[in-house]
Amino acid sequence: MNILYDERLDGELPANDKQQVLERLQHALPSLTLLHREEDLRPFECDGLSAYRVLPMLVALPDTLEQVEQLMRTCHDMGVPVVTRGAGTGLSGGALPLEQGVLLVMSRFKQILEVDPDARVARVQPGVRNLAISEAAAPYGLYYAPDPSSQIACSIGGNVAENAGGVHCLKYGLTVHNVLKIEVITIEGERMTIGSDAFDSPGFDLLALFTGSEGMLGVVTEVTVKLLPQPENAKVLMASFDDVEKAGKAVGDIIAAGIIPGGLEMMDKLAIKAAEDFVHAGYPMEAEAILLCELDGVEADVDDDCDTVRGVLEGAGAIDISLARDDAERARFWAGRKNAFPAVGRMAPDYYCMDGTIPRRELPRVLKGIAALSEESGLPVANVFHAGDGNMHPLVLFDTNKPGELELAEEVGGKILELCVEAGGSITGEHGVGREKINQMCTQFQPDEITVFHAVKAAFDERRLLNPGKNIPTLQRCAEFGAMHVHNNELPHPDLPRF
Amino acid sequence: MARQHQDMAEALCERVRQADHDKTPLKIVGGDTKAFYGRRVEGDILSTRDHHGISHYDPVELIISVRAGTLISELEAALDAEGQRLPFEPPHFGESATVGGMIATGLSGPRRPWAGSVRDFVLGSRIITHEGKHLRFGGEVMKNVAGYDLSRLMAGAQGTLGLLTEVSLKVLPKPTATHSLRLAMPLASALESLAEWGRQPLPITAAAYHDGALHLRLEGGPSSVAATRERLGGDVLDDEFWTQLREHQLPFFADTDERPLWRLSLPNNTPALELETRSDTDVLYDWGGAQRWVRTSIDGRSLRDAVATAGGHATCYTPGASDPFMPLAPSVAKYHRRLKATLDPNGIFNPGRLYAEV
Repeated sequence: MNILYDERLDGELPANDKQQVLERLQHALPSLTLLHREEDLRPFECDGLSAYRVLPMLVALPDTLEQVEQLMRTCHDMGVPVVTRGAGTGLSGGALPLEQGVLLVMSRFKQILEVDPDARVARVQPGVRNLAISEAAAPYGLYYAPDPSSQIACSIGGNVAENAGGVHCLKYGLTVHNVLKIEVITIEGERMTIGSDAFDSPGFDLLALFTGSEGMLGVVTEVTVKLLPQPENAKVLMASFDDVEKAGKAVGDIIAAGIIPGGLEMMDKLAIKAAEDFVHAGYPMEAEAILLCELDGVEADVDDDCDTVRGVLEGAGAIDISLARDDAERARFWAGRKNAFPAVGRMAPDYYCMDGTIPRRELPRVLKGIAALSEESGLPVANVFHAGDGNMHPLVLFDTNKPGELELAEEVGGKILELCVEAGGSITGEHGVGREKINQMCTQFQPDEITVFHAVKAAFDERRLLNPGKNIPTLQRCAEFGAMHVHNNELPHPDLPRF
Repeated sequence: MARQHQDMAEALCERVRQADHDKTPLKIVGGDTKAFYGRRVEGDILSTRDHHGISHYDPVELIISVRAGTLISELEAALDAEGQRLPFEPPHFGESATVGGMIATGLSGPRRPWAGSVRDFVLGSRIITHEGKHLRFGGEVMKNVAGYDLSRLMAGAQGTLGLLTEVSLKVLPKPTATHSLRLAMPLASALESLAEWGRQPLPITAAAYHDGALHLRLEGGPSSVAATRERLGGDVLDDEFWTQLREHQLPFFADTDERPLWRLSLPNNTPALELETRSDTDVLYDWGGAQRWVRTSIDGRSLRDAVATAGGHATCYTPGASDPFMPLAPSVAKYHRRLKATLDPNGIFNPGRLYAEV
């Protein structure tokens, strides 16, 4: 399976002469930084999904919004595709360049324009790093809630494009719940304000539509986020289990007890070992699974909740429960989880990170399915799980240098996602579809649903010049990709040729 | 009394297909409690009332899926039985209010600034397209970023983009403690205090100012509610106040007042606007000042200009208003028209309800 753009399956792209495009852009935008030599383009050939690399035709690094506007207008006129990129940390290839396209890099827009502690909002440019917002808000006792693990590097424009999550989503929501307003520039070079500084805006909720739209509808040029008061107190309980299923059940029991933890994370044996070897977080190596449960809020409530959760965990059969004694130990417990990906990365030359979501009750069944796939393929799989909100991150370990292993890892990954869809879940909880899961979209959605997505796209970008080939597959691709969505036992679109 | 579950999706699909074929506009009606909220629609009435029932409720997963014709009161009763609730506290405006109308109008109650709005709790939906196809977007999981978020787009779209038949919502447990209180103080002090408290992790979940007093609701664990109650003092307020505010049953909202009723939505921490000080104007502050109910004789245009300057928008709640919703910026309006044209090319879904052109 190759996920690079395939004109036969993803639609024809306009053929433009690189030299002509370069000259036209240089003429229209003499002050714009435009990279065109191979050695300058090389650093931009991939995003966080580094297994796939494509040299863009050109890279544009604008400094002003006027340049972005003019760039979009010119590309629209010439019919040149545009792929937008922020910090390039995305894990689904959403910013994978196109050979025939311009890569628009927004990283120079990195100013925090305003922090208003009384209104509890921050207005920032799209290249501002996620963590930098919380750092700027900290002197006022405020923070920005969504905290993807890449938060030291990822930028807010990309967070909006992907509807980024993190480990505190169950209680504090995703990006879509924490953004008030965005400024965008459309492919036609038109500026638009979506949302407002108030809690709502007249008309359609375009803010919800744009959040998570993966750069397919417009370019985000400014973001106003909500800030929350920092919780007065946070405590973390770590519980070990001799059985993964018991840990999974404990998650449901905590929520059934009426507690919504700030964070509720689960790791299996392989992930525990990797994290422990890497950061020495103090995890129990003999456990089959651990749960990390963070309770935050006003101190007295946190203490009450800690007692309740401890009781629930004991009842669920935890073999050991420890409470982080101080902030240092709490940080250490979290360090293991937040570094789980690089930790697992030390166990094999490569890993492939999945992002499926499932109803929590399906956890035991899905974990068994993953174990079976791992055994069958011979590739180890470590499981890291945002247990509270049902978001799994199975990490498939492999070695690209061994012939066929990348393909095998992708096959295992694809089957894991199909397992998630079958369990009533989704192929992606927070990493996005991008290019990586383009085929699995055909498993999750029927052709009629995909047709509606194309209609939405057409309303904003009729000529499909913005990030073509990402997020929404063509019906041709779905017809060719084996796993058709069979609805009511009827094969959809019987008129399309199948090979 | 809860009615029998009923799945009328097939019949609704057929009805929509026919309307699309004949290019006959449909006026979508649930409990007909929020007809005042929006422009008048001319079309054949399509009722969602017979498509009702809770199709799936899993309290441990914190999700519920419910058909559009279900009464909000039925939905709330089912949640209540499990110690859960809809955190966004939707107004009913009548006993017959349905879930479809709740999503379509996108209205939220006093808890909104702290808990989130209707759309924040939408996880998935089933929608009948103009071609009469019954499709599914989103789902019953907390996190799902596959494809565009059409489910949340439906919230507040007033049925102009498709026929919503079912919605999946995130629900939350009720807090273990609640206390409402009333503090007599001038408006300026109230707004100042709210800004200060907003930066602190206090368990405030409603804040309204009217008649010389700040009304607050505290919700959370018993310890934090008790501690905050002690810190803030004030007189005990009946929790029913919040229901009356949500349902517009306070005397302020009485029909006997002939001045139009406006809803202003403003940024947090917006001071009193000049128009609020006029002698022909009365104001009730909700959402900590971010939502203001205004009775005034000032003309709509001047009011909207003032509100827009402050970064907000104004909606006219008086039935029969010709333009209840604030006009959109030209570029935004253009994409509204385009979305409408691609999703409802024959203009059959509630045409003109939101704006003349959508």
